[in-house]
Amino acid sequence: MVGLVLPRLVSFEGAPRRSASVAERNFTSLKSAYWLVLFSGFLEPVLYLFSIGIGVGALVGDLTLPGGRVVSYAAFVAPAMLASSAMTGALAETTFNFFGKMKYMKLYDGIIATPVQPFEIALGELGWAMIRGSLYSAAFLVVMVVMGLTGVGAAVTAFPAAVLVGFAFGALGMAVATFMRSWQDFDLMGSAQFTLFLFSGTFVPAEAYPAVLRWAVELTPLYRSVHLIRGIAVGASGWSWLLDVAYLLVLTAVGLLVASQRMGRLLYK
Amino acid sequence: MTIAQPLIQARGLVKRFGDFTAVDGIDVEVRAGEAFGFLGPNGAGKSSTMRMVGCISPPSGGELRILGMDPVRDGPAIRARLGVCPQLDNLDPELTVRENLTTYARYFGIPRRVARERAAELLDFVQLTERADSKVEPLSGGMKRRLTIARALVNNPEIVLLDEPTTGLDPQARHLVWERLFRLTQQGVTLVLTTHYMDEAEQLCDRLVVMDGGRIVAEGSPRALIEEHSTREVVELRFAADSQEAFAGKLDGLGERVEVLPDRILLYVADGDAAVAEVTALGLVPASVLVRRSSLEDVFLHLTGRTLVD
Repeated sequence: MVGLVLPRLVSFEGAPRRSASVAERNFTSLKSAYWLVLFSGFLEPVLYLFSIGIGVGALVGDLTLPGGRVVSYAAFVAPAMLASSAMTGALAETTFNFFGKMKYMKLYDGIIATPVQPFEIALGELGWAMIRGSLYSAAFLVVMVVMGLTGVGAAVTAFPAAVLVGFAFGALGMAVATFMRSWQDFDLMGSAQFTLFLFSGTFVPAEAYPAVLRWAVELTPLYRSVHLIRGIAVGASGWSWLLDVAYLLVLTAVGLLVASQRMGRLLYK
Repeated sequence: MTIAQPLIQARGLVKRFGDFTAVDGIDVEVRAGEAFGFLGPNGAGKSSTMRMVGCISPPSGGELRILGMDPVRDGPAIRARLGVCPQLDNLDPELTVRENLTTYARYFGIPRRVARERAAELLDFVQLTERADSKVEPLSGGMKRRLTIARALVNNPEIVLLDEPTTGLDPQARHLVWERLFRLTQQGVTLVLTTHYMDEAEQLCDRLVVMDGGRIVAEGSPRALIEEHSTREVVELRFAADSQEAFAGKLDGLGERVEVLPDRILLYVADGDAAVAEVTALGLVPASVLVRRSSLEDVFLHLTGRTLVD
C-alpha cells in the first residue's frame, strides 16, 4: 500500500515551481477572516482619499505641479494613496505574517526539509504578498477612475507600476523581518512606515520642503513610488520615471537577496 | 543503484556551534533497507547528526555522502528523496490534517490529484482518517506525531529520518508508531532513527551506534552489543536500605562485574540462577532477587555512564 507501490513521485521542475508551492500553501490557508483583513486594507486609503483629498482638498484648491500642470488636490493625493496602499499591503504580508511564520509557527523549518530552498520561500512569499497588494491597487484604481481622478488609460498603466511598488516593499519588508527579534521591534517599523506615509510627497509636494530635507525625502522608496505613480496618473512627460523603476527594481532584488541569505543563516543551523 | 553503495556514508563528520563541538568526528555507514539507530543520552550529538544527514545543517568538517551525493551542493536533489520526522513537530497550524499532507506534497512537486490520493492513503496508514478535516492544534501528542510521520512519507522517500519518534508519547501511541515503522521496514524503506529508549532501539533497529559526547562509543546489532558489552544475564539484589555497600564487598569475584547502586546491586553474570545459588551459599539473604536477561539499557549505561547529562 504505502511505500514502494507507487512509482517515484518526485518531479524536479526547479525554482519557479517550488516558489509557487509556497504561495499555494498561503492560498490553502486562507480562511474567511482573512477576507475581512483584506477589505480593511483596501478601505484605509479610500478613507484617506475622501477625508484629506476631497475634504482638505476643498480648502486647498488646485495645485500647480512642477511641470506647470494644474490638478485638483484630490487628483494630487490619490496616486500617493495608491502607492502607499501597495506598500502597506505588501509590508503587512512580508513583515508580520512572514515573521510569525518563521519565528513562531516554525513553518519554514518544515519546508526546508523538502527540496524548497530559502530563496524560493522568499520568492513565494513575496509573490503571494504581491497578489494581495495588486488586489488593493486594482480596486483603488477603479475608485480613482470612477471619481474622475485619472483616465482609464493612465489607470491601466499605473497598475503594473503599483505592482512593482508592492514587490519592492514586500522584499524590503521581508529583509527587515529577518532582523526582527520580537514583536516589539515592529513598533519601530510601524513608526518608520507612518513617517514615510506622511512625508513622501504624499500630501505636500516635496518641492515645498527645504532643500536638504527635500533630497532626503526624494531618496526614500515611498517617494520614488509616489513620484512614479503620480507621473502616470496626471500624465507627466519626461523620463524621470525610469529612475523610479530602476530604484524599485534594485530594491526588490536587494531585499530578496538579503532576505534569503538571512533565512539561510537562520534556518540551516 | 548498486547494492554495495551505502545510502549514507560519513567519515570523520564534525559539527561545531561556535566553540561547542556537537559531533566530534564520527564514521557511519547506512545500507539500503536497514533500520539504523543512533542511541545516546541527551546532548550526545544525535540530532545534530540527523540534521546534517537531512541536508539542513552544513557539516563543519569531515565527509558526508547521501545517496551518493554531496549534501551541501545537491541539497534539494537529496531532500527530494528523504522523509524527515523532526524531534519537534513542525506541522502547519493554519492547515487541516489533510491539507498538511497535500500541501507538503506540493513542496515536492507532486501533482494535486496524486497528492490527494497519497494523503488519503497515508491518513489511513497512520489511523487519522477520521480527523482529516480537523485543525492540527486540538490533536493529541500521539496524533501529531503520527501526522508528522505520515508527512515524512508523502514523497515516497528512500530514506526516512526519525528524530526521537516516540519521545513524549503514551505506551499505546508508542506501540502504534513502532508497528507502523516496522511495516515500513518490511516494505524495504531504509529507516534512520535516534532514540534514548532502549526498548525502541531493540524493537526497531537492525544495527545501531551508541553516541556519547559527540563520538561513537559502540556499534553493532542490539544482540551483538549486548554480547560484547554486557553479560548474558543480570542479577539484581536488593538488601536493606543503606547496606548495599557493606554487602557488595562480599560479592567480589562473583560474575564478570559488580555494580553498586544506591538501592540495589547488579551482578553481571553468564548464568543468573547459578549466581543466586552462590550468593545464598555465602550466607547472604537479600530482601529481593531478580534474574533477568541483559538488555541494551545495561550496555547503554555501561558505555555512557549513569551521570545525568542534562
